[in-house]
Amino acid sequence: MASLRCFLRSGKNAVSAVLRREFHRTPPAAVQVTVRDALNQAMDEELERDERVFLLGEEVAQYDGAYKVSRGLWKKYGDKRIIDTPITEMGFAGIAVGAAMAGLRPICEFMTFNFSMQAIDQVINSAAKTYYMSAGLQPVPIVFRGPNGASAGVAAQHSQCFAAWYSHCPGLKVVSPWNAEDAKGLLKAAIRDDNPVVFLENELMYGVPFEISEEAQSKDFVIPIGKAKIERQGKHITLVSHSRMVGLCLDAAAVLAKEGIECEVINMRTIRPLDAEAIETSVMKTNHLITVEGGWPQFGVGAEILARLMEGPAFNYLDAPAVRVTGVDIPMPYAKILEDNSIPQIKDIIFSVKKTLNI
Amino acid sequence: MRKMLTIISNVLRGSASRNGARVVVSARTYADFTPQATFDIKKCDLHKLEDGPPLQAMLTREEGLQYYRTMQTMRRMELKADQLYKQKIIRGFCHLYDGQEACAVGIEAGINLSDHLITAYRAHGYTLTRGGTVREIMAELTGRRGGIAKGKGGSMHMYTKHFYGGNGIVGAQVPLGAGVALACKYLGKNELCVCLYGDGAANQGQIFETYNMASLWKLPCIFICENNKYGMGTSVERAAASTDYYKRGDFIPGLRVDGMDVLCVREATKFAAEHCRSGKGPILMELQTYRYHGHSMSDPGISYRTREEIQEVRSKSDPISMLKDRMLSNNMASVEELKEIDVEVRKEIEDAAQFATTDPEPPLDDLCNHIFYNDPPLEVRGTNPWTKLKSVS
Repeated sequence: MASLRCFLRSGKNAVSAVLRREFHRTPPAAVQVTVRDALNQAMDEELERDERVFLLGEEVAQYDGAYKVSRGLWKKYGDKRIIDTPITEMGFAGIAVGAAMAGLRPICEFMTFNFSMQAIDQVINSAAKTYYMSAGLQPVPIVFRGPNGASAGVAAQHSQCFAAWYSHCPGLKVVSPWNAEDAKGLLKAAIRDDNPVVFLENELMYGVPFEISEEAQSKDFVIPIGKAKIERQGKHITLVSHSRMVGLCLDAAAVLAKEGIECEVINMRTIRPLDAEAIETSVMKTNHLITVEGGWPQFGVGAEILARLMEGPAFNYLDAPAVRVTGVDIPMPYAKILEDNSIPQIKDIIFSVKKTLNI
Repeated sequence: MRKMLTIISNVLRGSASRNGARVVVSARTYADFTPQATFDIKKCDLHKLEDGPPLQAMLTREEGLQYYRTMQTMRRMELKADQLYKQKIIRGFCHLYDGQEACAVGIEAGINLSDHLITAYRAHGYTLTRGGTVREIMAELTGRRGGIAKGKGGSMHMYTKHFYGGNGIVGAQVPLGAGVALACKYLGKNELCVCLYGDGAANQGQIFETYNMASLWKLPCIFICENNKYGMGTSVERAAASTDYYKRGDFIPGLRVDGMDVLCVREATKFAAEHCRSGKGPILMELQTYRYHGHSMSDPGISYRTREEIQEVRSKSDPISMLKDRMLSNNMASVEELKEIDVEVRKEIEDAAQFATTDPEPPLDDLCNHIFYNDPPLEVRGTNPWTKLKSVS
């Protein structure tokens, strides 16, 4: 069946191949998938695979999801497994954690992570710490997911990045995918993980299509949590980023390449546990580091990476101080010109690279 | 005539000696005790319920002895904890349960071990009724490796099978309990979850959020408010606009129960369990009870209530005395028998305390373990960059 599909997809090529009397060559079966659809597929596959998995949150069922991430799932799986909750984050997050303690594997959606602040006690004190406090008697296999960070024009109360807050806490895993392949593989891994995972999505990325490999289309495709990925090889400077900012780093790298500056772009994929080794190995090659994030600078993800770098073996390889490119240290304003200037732009990354390289 | 008198006297003497033999040779046998009796129990106030629990409870001798032993064990265990705390062998928080024994014992008598239960931090009694041993409870309080949570949890974080603690954040356990109930319903095993909180916690917003969802989704959850009249140092009148805690569930049916009477608690729990298991959804019980100690060991408990009040409850409503009086006055047990149980309990507590004070503290190797479940070992940063510690699941 797969070969037939391949044949149909590659129909034109096959015909011309036959005409040329060559062997029929199937082009790689890469498919374009949006981040939204990748997340949807991941949940669909895991719901099918394990009866104990279920999804709860506001508007996830009959509305198909506030951002349509859970589209079609309620229709397929019904009320028992896709549950619409009232607007009571603290309550339903606690209920999700309790269900996880009693043997189910809930996916708890926060409409955005800004609302998770209402429920943060349940995430930290009831979910993250319990396995430790019980000395291994009580695991909590739960995923908290939802869009995180800046969106477009939603202003201060709806734009905060929570990567630093959750990554501060032992007992949690914190994952931040960038592209569709990340989204699918990491969400599947998070659902299969027997521990509490905070899964930070990005609203602006939901509609962005990416090519995903044949391997990533498999129902067993899982990306290991805790391992970063080198998206682009380079030798002059290392750019470390997560979520949407990875795309900006790659764009900046493309511009810089024209000037002969080759950036190595690392997609963190996981914030906690941090893949410090990947970053150190890269810095030991390039001798320069810039971190890029959308969140605030003080005590942020970049701050932690820089601290670790100072304390680790790669420090001696730095030819210049490592620096952070971050969101501006202000609550997010509304007006477009102000909002655009509150988060890193490609030009900010390029500027920082040149400053670091003293160009 | 004389012959007949002789025959009659022979017969009487024979039976008399037989009776005498029975009295002298054997000690009092079980046949001498009443095997069971029925007791009148207080009527429960009802909210949105047509009928309530029965007004009479049957108690067998075996049940009575078991409740007595468990309550006495609980009482002595808490008093021993008080002692150890004052000797600074127990540190941090220690919230004692003495006075409230009838609640824990009565609830457990109304459900099965296969059901689920969650409570707040005044949890030592429930850890016991849910299958923990006195030894491992006390060793957890003293922070030793033989503790029920290997010394890593302490007073407020004890767990057993189908017992989810021991929770330190006031009110947080209520949504958790409803979540457990959701799992019960989802997995279809006809189990329910008993979800406890105090009169202080009863005003928490997340509890009302939980009432709403539990009711909407008909979760098999028994919400139980242990009203011991004081939330830390604040009396119920000063904390709640409505102190009818059994009505606070609004659309959830409720009952107000005499929490000092183990039989009353048991019958009410059975009634509530039946309600849940029949698919009617959640139900709320308010247990009116009392704690002899202060809120915790750092609270003497007399700045917001009088010694006379405490004394009055102790003399008139003590749950253990109430059960004891009932059993003795109905010839269900002897004074010696109960004294023997007291002696056994005292010994059990002494042994446990001995263990709890001599068992070694957890090894430093255990410091970073149990961060993640089912994961390969990971490295944890110590207090400085050169210290790399190991963590296993």
